[in-house]
Amino acid sequence: MIVILYLLAISLALGAGGLVLFLWALRHGQFEDMEGAAQRILFDDDGPA
Amino acid sequence: MSVAAVLPAETAARCAHCGQEMAEGTRFCCPGCAAAFDAIQAMGLGRYYQRRVVDPTVRPLRPEPADGTALARFVAADGDGTCTLQLMIDGLQCGACVWLIESVLAEAPDLIEGRVNMTTRRLRLKWRGGAERAAELVGRIERLGYRLVPFDAAALKSASAETQHRLLRALAVAGFAAGNLMLISIGIWAGLSQGMGDATRGLMHWVSAVIALPAIAYAGLPFFTSAAAVLRRGRTNMDVPISIGVLLVTAMSLVETMRGGTHTYFDSAAALLFFLLIGRVLDHHVRNRARQAAEQLLGLRSTDVAIVAADGALERCAVAQVAPGARVLVGMGERVGVDGTIDKPAEGGKALIDASLVTGESLPEDLPPGAAVFAGSLNLGSPFTMIASATGEATLLAECARLIDAAEQSRGRFVALADRVARRYAPVVHVTAAATYLAWWLMGAGWNTALMNAAAVLIITCPCAVALAVPVVQVIATGGLFRKGILLKSPTVLERLAGIDMVVFDKTGTLTEPGLALQPGISPADLQEAARLAVASRHPLARTLAAAAGPAAPAGDIVERPGQGLARTVPGGEIRLGSRAFCGIGATPPPDGPELWFTRPGKAPLRFAFAERLREDAAAAIAGLKARGYAVRLLSGDRPEAVAPIAALAGIADWQAGLSPVDKVAALEKLRHAGRRVLMVGDGLNDGPALAAAAASMSPSTASDVTQNVADVVFQGRLIAPVATALSVAKRADRLIRQNLVLAIGYNFCAVPLAIAGFVTPWLAALAMSSSSLAVILNSFRLERRS
Repeated sequence: MIVILYLLAISLALGAGGLVLFLWALRHGQFEDMEGAAQRILFDDDGPA
Repeated sequence: MSVAAVLPAETAARCAHCGQEMAEGTRFCCPGCAAAFDAIQAMGLGRYYQRRVVDPTVRPLRPEPADGTALARFVAADGDGTCTLQLMIDGLQCGACVWLIESVLAEAPDLIEGRVNMTTRRLRLKWRGGAERAAELVGRIERLGYRLVPFDAAALKSASAETQHRLLRALAVAGFAAGNLMLISIGIWAGLSQGMGDATRGLMHWVSAVIALPAIAYAGLPFFTSAAAVLRRGRTNMDVPISIGVLLVTAMSLVETMRGGTHTYFDSAAALLFFLLIGRVLDHHVRNRARQAAEQLLGLRSTDVAIVAADGALERCAVAQVAPGARVLVGMGERVGVDGTIDKPAEGGKALIDASLVTGESLPEDLPPGAAVFAGSLNLGSPFTMIASATGEATLLAECARLIDAAEQSRGRFVALADRVARRYAPVVHVTAAATYLAWWLMGAGWNTALMNAAAVLIITCPCAVALAVPVVQVIATGGLFRKGILLKSPTVLERLAGIDMVVFDKTGTLTEPGLALQPGISPADLQEAARLAVASRHPLARTLAAAAGPAAPAGDIVERPGQGLARTVPGGEIRLGSRAFCGIGATPPPDGPELWFTRPGKAPLRFAFAERLREDAAAAIAGLKARGYAVRLLSGDRPEAVAPIAALAGIADWQAGLSPVDKVAALEKLRHAGRRVLMVGDGLNDGPALAAAAASMSPSTASDVTQNVADVVFQGRLIAPVATALSVAKRADRLIRQNLVLAIGYNFCAVPLAIAGFVTPWLAALAMSSSSLAVILNSFRLERRS
């Protein structure tokens, strides 16, 4: 049953990684303009050279 | 957006740049649009026209002469040789506009950042170099037809953005904890039936505790602080039972973990916070968006004032910076920015002032030098100078501000439904839990069994569904109304609107359209001919005339004499459109309202009369309100002879005219004492105090600044129907909220006996709590489906 310790540690580490990533994104303003982000994806490929 | 709204550049009857309707035979409606089109093509950005979707509710993309707003004071120097400037954008139609603006800015040298935020409709510029470059950068965008208004980022960056971030962080932590705790808990529950060893279960409980304790301490903070704040003031709200429930259950579970007990409830506590925070975040988000949109409406209107220096030079500065005694120039067709007295009209004689937004008086007045004018009035005549009066004087604005304060204080505090429920709910829950503990203990069970059953009662009754019942419906209603251009600014207004039984309208600018309308009786051909002159002017009457005529191509060689009229030389004389004197018409018969004359060589002079006009849908909207049982009344500051015909047209029998702001407040107080719950709809500065005195208030987005700030709801567009829409959405929302509360509390009634009897285990508690919250949320979504 010692394997449960590893599994618990791994699952928590993965979850914590996601949490840290989200907090990082929030801090860097990734959620400031949801509407713009949805539109931008449609035109970034053919912007001016 | 319909396919018809997508405008290919080739469509003949629409301007190739701004997409507005215009006369056949040309590609552009005005030279400004032609220049903008050429500039865009020259930069190789012509794809813009293929991919854009014209939004008819947004200001058209027609370049207008800049009003010379002083940018320098909004530019923030960052110290390292760079400057930043934040601007609000008017005219943003769709994603293609974002692309166009950013592509144009990308060509500017030394620009470090030029990014549009489409959600907030704002542009952030950051460049290397001095503050003086701002005008050039802004000019690049303004010549395309967008209007940019700078704003003070520090003043507008409210605490609400920070709160939103704090709630989101708490939500993330709660989500992380709830997910992982549920994972571990399922292992524990499975282990209970499959013979998991005590040591393993103990380990799982300890891991749960290590995750749960810091997460609950952090994610619960918004609730704990709010609960502590209201308790200190001797009141209670929904956060009090939430906080007590979460804290007690967590403490209980910790004790069980230390004792090596069978049951812990960490997962329920974390999941509860997670659900509640989702509601909080959404609630905060939609409210913020509505409030910010309302701020933007006002911000886009704010203009500078032209100050005349001692040497006659003109200098533009912000309204707030105008010193008392300063001489201010008010151009033709401009709004007066500050209170003051008329100094001298440029052409001598009197100044023609439309004060409908201030006093509710629908007809413009000729004011002699020395007469008082108020901020918000419109100059319909020639340019004039005025002397700004000292602030704090007995001006109309100061008087109204004082009345608004008094009315808001006497109105009393509205207690939200959720808080009223919490007041009754919390004591019942806590007494039941205590009684459960006592009963089990007296019946001889061990103290820990008694405590476990009491904890189960707390978990089952923890008001997750009750606390979601109100905000989820409000989020859906506020978001739905937002998309219709109805901005709910106050958090409790939806509940207040649901209780309304009487609607009181103002006349000028509320029931009637803002501004004046052309009276009928002119042949289309004549109108078209006059419009070809009128389109060249920015004068409000000329604009009204041009709009009434429909698309018209401007005639060439038009000369405008400010304050007098427009003229064009043709073989045989001059065509003139303008004032009575300018067109050489005698003073008789005396004018009975604003007018324009149109003279052509060899033809009889024509008179265009202007008057206020009822909003298109006013009669229908009022009939609809009456049919749904609302009493309707009209309270106007205008003269009785102006109010009577409008009241008759609108179908309002119950009207009063000639009311001062004080009279209006008194009338509303009287209605309130008679037990009426009144919704006041008004736009003028003189309506401000009445709006504050009413149970709920609405104002159109054309209303004066003070009035919009007071109003609970601001609605956009040319129709009055949003009043009925807001009322009916509020009614439906109220019904759903009550259903939700019955659902949530009914569930408690069924589940509490099980908890008291000791049949509720952690997995049952988790299942019951989630299902009741889900039921409430699903029920709330019916609001969207039926509207």
